[in-house]
Amino acid sequence: MEIKQILMGLNGDEAVAYAIKQVDPDVVAAYPITPQTIIVERFSEYVADGEVHTEFISVESEHSALSACVGAAAAGARAFTATAANGLALMWEILYIAASCRLPIVMAIVNRALSGPINIHCDHSDAMGARDSGWIQIFCENSQEAYDSTIQAWRIAEHPDVQLPVMVCLDGFVLSHTLENVMTLPDEVVKKFIGERKFVTIKNHFGKEVPFILDPENPITIGPLDLYDFYFEHKMQQIHAMENAPRVIEEVGKEYGKISGRTYGLVHPYKLEDAEIAIIGLGSTMGTAKIVVDRLREKGVKAGLLRIRSFRPFPAQQIIEHLKDKKVIGVLDRAASFGAYGGPLFNEVRNAFYDQDIKPLISNYIYGLGGRDMPPQRLMIIFEDLQKIMETKRIEKTVKYIGVRE
Amino acid sequence: MAEKLTLKDIAKKPDLLMSGHRLCAGCAAGTIVRLALKATRGPVILANATGCLEVATTIFPYSSWKVPWIHNAFENVAATASGIEAAFRAMKKVNKGPLAKYEHIDVIAFAGDGGTYDIGFQALSGALERGHDFLYILYDNEAYMNTGIQRSGGTPRFAWTTTSPAGKVIPGKRKWKKPIARVVAEHEIPYVATASIAYPMDFVRKVRKGLEVEGPAFIHVLSPCTRGWRYPPEKTIKIAKLAVETCFLPLWEAEFKDGEIVYTLSAPSERIARKPELKKPIEEYLKLQGRFSHLFRPKKRDDLISEIQQWVDYEWRLILKRCGKL
Repeated sequence: MEIKQILMGLNGDEAVAYAIKQVDPDVVAAYPITPQTIIVERFSEYVADGEVHTEFISVESEHSALSACVGAAAAGARAFTATAANGLALMWEILYIAASCRLPIVMAIVNRALSGPINIHCDHSDAMGARDSGWIQIFCENSQEAYDSTIQAWRIAEHPDVQLPVMVCLDGFVLSHTLENVMTLPDEVVKKFIGERKFVTIKNHFGKEVPFILDPENPITIGPLDLYDFYFEHKMQQIHAMENAPRVIEEVGKEYGKISGRTYGLVHPYKLEDAEIAIIGLGSTMGTAKIVVDRLREKGVKAGLLRIRSFRPFPAQQIIEHLKDKKVIGVLDRAASFGAYGGPLFNEVRNAFYDQDIKPLISNYIYGLGGRDMPPQRLMIIFEDLQKIMETKRIEKTVKYIGVRE
Repeated sequence: MAEKLTLKDIAKKPDLLMSGHRLCAGCAAGTIVRLALKATRGPVILANATGCLEVATTIFPYSSWKVPWIHNAFENVAATASGIEAAFRAMKKVNKGPLAKYEHIDVIAFAGDGGTYDIGFQALSGALERGHDFLYILYDNEAYMNTGIQRSGGTPRFAWTTTSPAGKVIPGKRKWKKPIARVVAEHEIPYVATASIAYPMDFVRKVRKGLEVEGPAFIHVLSPCTRGWRYPPEKTIKIAKLAVETCFLPLWEAEFKDGEIVYTLSAPSERIARKPELKKPIEEYLKLQGRFSHLFRPKKRDDLISEIQQWVDYEWRLILKRCGKL
């Protein structure tokens, strides 16, 4: 199917706002925070100009932003919010509630370092703090993907086998404030792709099978006290929903590819097939790393990379499949986990390989905290280190910090 | 505005909070909710802050609610209700979505004093400023009863709680109760009222009025708590009545009209304003409650009782002034 797309010059935030305009959700509740602000500003303009039917609730805090989304989504609305760093931290309590109430809210996270000290620039400490909250977490490489994922997120979240909220993560400033060419779909194509929100049914306390929504005709109770006799079973349902998510993310990514020519999955490999050394990481840095891989390839180094798009659910099997025959892999973490043995991504990647008979040497590189730049030269340092490990067959230091003063 | 609700109207309307809930015997919260829901006009959606009412009516897989009900967290019931109300408005705008079929929906938030005076105050204030069309009902039992009687911003001075114990040096809570309803009225929202279940028709009519105005409404209703206030369960209504008769809780309404906050005394308090000799001494209210027993035993503390009396008199005079009675 050939669909005429429109090329627009958008930064990451504008790309998200434009996608949300096309989705035209019932409710957007948001609070401004750098570097997410452009999303709420642009969206406010769409509301002011009557381009959407959305009720925009300009709340008094991020806590209330997500709380209002919970109320709206429970009432059957499509609800969206966006935040970053401290805003996400303030939402922390409600992240878990939104996920456990199985509300398909979509939220853009414009990744920014958590205070303190206060800093407005990119790292992934905010999203990593939310990794156990029960939200699906999609990390974008560029603004095009931010646009595409913001559309796909609704289909993933609302899928009857999933029914979980989704975070679309894009790097603060690097993506949020940087103009890019973004191919956009026509409004009606987006509308058709996402369709109408459908509701799963549950048995209510009158024994009647009813849609899972606050509807006066079919009353249900959402968010009851749930003690040791049922809480664990409800957590199991969330665990199963998350287990269903990888299949749905891939299905939606493929279907989106059919209308846009841009197909998405759980992981995105680059020049990996014959690679001996590879890096694995999240977000915009992996775009820069492609150039580094190209340069290394020109020099005859068999380098490659694997970008993780879905951090939650964590695609362990896909990572093993792509990297099991590599000699050395370097895991890039843009977040510190104080007191842990390496960064959060490193821990998960290395854990995934534990049961493999043949596995690569795995080294961890923590980089870019508080927006510290990650230019090709610094990535080159990492690849050189991987080459050295390959030659010596040993890792002298498991966790290294890149681009920081000694 | 519709015709005044009558006792017959409310007697005919079925209870929307069903029996079998686990609120304590003598707890006012159940009565408050049942009465309030008698005033609803049709479709209703409720949001409930964390608290006694929430835990006692919904232990999974049971629920006492005949209407759609959501509990999100402690401090955010006003934000949750904002989302519900906005969702309904968005669906009505395009006549699409599951709630679009309703002409109107009464969105009501229930919260205790902790969820209103303290941890939920920011969300409440924000929702009022934004002007959502919903009714917020504060059932004020004057402490964190669900966690076991800790002091809140709604606890009155000298009341014993587990975090404001009556000690050898400090005789209970040190500070006065926050004048929450007046603080809310200063938000210039369409309707604010105080109420007592000892005057059920007054309360029910206020709920109906709160639902009928366009925009936010707030009702502060005192919720005597047999466990936390230390009195026998059968005295709940008596105590609720004494609160009004002593002017501890004057009953009034405040409407924001033509750029003014217009305060009006409600009938039970209006009678006292007309005949000041009807005003009972605060001691009569205090002496029935174990939380004030240290004011009476081992030695009667007339000094502290008169401090409370003085505060009641100040507050009463302030309300009389606002209502144009002084």
